[in-house]
Amino acid sequence: MTLSVVFALLFYSATILLVVGVGRKIVIYARTPAPLKIPTTPAPTTRRGVVWRMTKEITVFQSLFKSDKWVWLFGWVFHAALALVLLRHLRYFQEPVWTVVALIQPFGKYAAFAMIFGLAGLWARRFLVDRVRYISTLSDHLMLALIIAIGLSGLGIKYIAHTDIIALKAYMMGLMYFDLQPLPDDGFVLVHLSLVITLMVIFPISKLLHVPGLFFMPTRTQVDNPREVRHTAGWTAK
Amino acid sequence: MAAKFDTPKLFENIEIIDTPKYEADTMAHSSPFVAKAKHNEPIGFPGELVDNWEEKAVFRLGELVDGSRALRTFLDSCVKCGACADKCHYFLGTKDPKNMPVARQDLLRSIYRRYYTFAGKYFPKLVGARDMDKSVMDEWYSYFHQCSQCRRCSVFCPYGIDTAEISMAARDIMDTVGKGQKYSNEILGKLHTIGNNLGLPEKALANTLEELEEEVEEDTGFAVKFPLDVKGADVLLITPSADFFAEPHIDGLIGYGKVFHQAGISWTLSSYASEAANFSMFIGSSDNLKKVAERIRDAARELGVKRIIVGECGHAWRVAYSFWNTLVGPFDFLDPRYPAPQHIVEFTHDLIQRGGLNLDKEANDHRRITFHDSCNVARASRMGNIPGGQFILPRELITASANNFFDMSPETIHENTFCCGGGGGLLTDDLLELRIKGAMPRMQALKQVVDEHQVNTMVAICAICKAQFNKALPAYQFPMSMITSLHHVVGDAIQLGTKD
Repeated sequence: MTLSVVFALLFYSATILLVVGVGRKIVIYARTPAPLKIPTTPAPTTRRGVVWRMTKEITVFQSLFKSDKWVWLFGWVFHAALALVLLRHLRYFQEPVWTVVALIQPFGKYAAFAMIFGLAGLWARRFLVDRVRYISTLSDHLMLALIIAIGLSGLGIKYIAHTDIIALKAYMMGLMYFDLQPLPDDGFVLVHLSLVITLMVIFPISKLLHVPGLFFMPTRTQVDNPREVRHTAGWTAK
Repeated sequence: MAAKFDTPKLFENIEIIDTPKYEADTMAHSSPFVAKAKHNEPIGFPGELVDNWEEKAVFRLGELVDGSRALRTFLDSCVKCGACADKCHYFLGTKDPKNMPVARQDLLRSIYRRYYTFAGKYFPKLVGARDMDKSVMDEWYSYFHQCSQCRRCSVFCPYGIDTAEISMAARDIMDTVGKGQKYSNEILGKLHTIGNNLGLPEKALANTLEELEEEVEEDTGFAVKFPLDVKGADVLLITPSADFFAEPHIDGLIGYGKVFHQAGISWTLSSYASEAANFSMFIGSSDNLKKVAERIRDAARELGVKRIIVGECGHAWRVAYSFWNTLVGPFDFLDPRYPAPQHIVEFTHDLIQRGGLNLDKEANDHRRITFHDSCNVARASRMGNIPGGQFILPRELITASANNFFDMSPETIHENTFCCGGGGGLLTDDLLELRIKGAMPRMQALKQVVDEHQVNTMVAICAICKAQFNKALPAYQFPMSMITSLHHVVGDAIQLGTKD
């Protein structure tokens, strides 16, 4: 039971840090003015056009595709698989399980392999491509190691040492409804959860800020209409 | 002066972009002349490096981040994916890894992290954060003057991170603590006091234009005018001062004159605002940016014109198109039927569409033409009504004026265009080695169309590109005369006297 309490406290703290940390950054990004029009052109001339541009960036990584097919392949596969994995994991936090979550279950089960493939490719580049090796810092390596370890420990639960998944779900649901249940103390489960907690904590203080940051990049999100609409903000509004 | 250096070799078998293995510090010695007090003080910066400059630089960085959403998101979001690493012409031409956009950004990001992020404050080694000190400043001075702010990296970054913004910020910080670049700061001083980058006073300008009128009349037999300070003219033309006598810029100016002449539209230049360039953008100085733009608005009001048209100049068009309305707008005193401001290419294109010009394409049959998209036009502005109009309109002007046009390889034109190598405040002889090496990718693409299509003319719409190619073309064994102005080609095709 001690373990259940410790992990409960860790989860609550990590959730607060994640939500407050990322929320704070989003508020800062939103409040920081963009004094000049600097969209990278050709850029859409309407707000709708910008939504379409961003949709393509977020769903198919359009600019990255144009830029480097290998980074695109590994990066896109990793992110798409991660999205599937996250969606699949929703089943541990809801009862009844949403239809969409139930429907992707067959794909979600294998997405972890795709995710690890993508991550491994990205990591290999950090060693094999001289330019990428040059720009990589220790934190870039550790971030990849962390996410790969999360994936591998998750696969461990699924394929090597099964845990009592019903009990694990009961524990997670218990956390949500402040009704503490016992946590199955299997090795892979504890490693998996510990690493996820670590990722949650470092999210708002690391390069993972590209997730909220992406939505605030003036180069991609501004409408190309400076002659038609007078834009002012920050020092240009004074 | 810079030491001797070898011009990069162009490949015999065409491979437009050959990504080199990096070679550390090949350009560590490259650094422009430092501004003196007489260059810094007139534009609002301390004359020399101030006391406690380290603290002040860090403080200024904080101010800039607080005032710019771009800078803040750019500094936070890079994941070091390496997509930009092989996209910079200076990296491709010099092999110096600090010329990879991400590495250049990191010169500043490492300081931001150290002083403004949790990870950098407590785990500097882990995230590559470092203290602000003299070695950092020296590195900044060298490598932030190896960025032409061309935005090519920003096109390829999955998030749109733009190294130009970061190099502007770094230059602003350096200016703020008294370490300015002589070339840009001296020019800005002249612009504030005399009205143009060249320091050409009103009288000299008037004489130059008069002589030009005589010359053109002698050549063509028609009295094409180049009016100065004419109150009540319809159009105020704001053009880079290089157009007044540099080659091949002046041929462009003659072309504008012929277009106005045949269109029968009254126009004027202004001696008070005789410069389209605004180098304040290069050094990231918001105060100067606005002050220079104000000169132009004031001149337009004073002369009582109905429209403002901007001549062939890349960064000037960015400032005019993207920033003028913000900085010194609204332009409600101009005729609302025309965009304010309008590019000379938009103006000429519109005339052609309406049948306002008689063009004889055969007049350009000795030319086999290609077009160099200038970075600031391509990636930081627009022409016409649709995205990408900045690529379509100039090419349509060429094909309306000439029979032989050949585009360079697709990965080197439009928004993928390679910088000429001299933009962003680097067009100075103390950076010649950088400029020649940085021109390599463009020269490589040019070689392909020269070999395959016997191209003998490269047209540009930027004063800096034109001046830079004057140096770069001979270095790569091309004739200097290959580079010319778009309105030179247009002007040569105009059949004067057929519309009068």
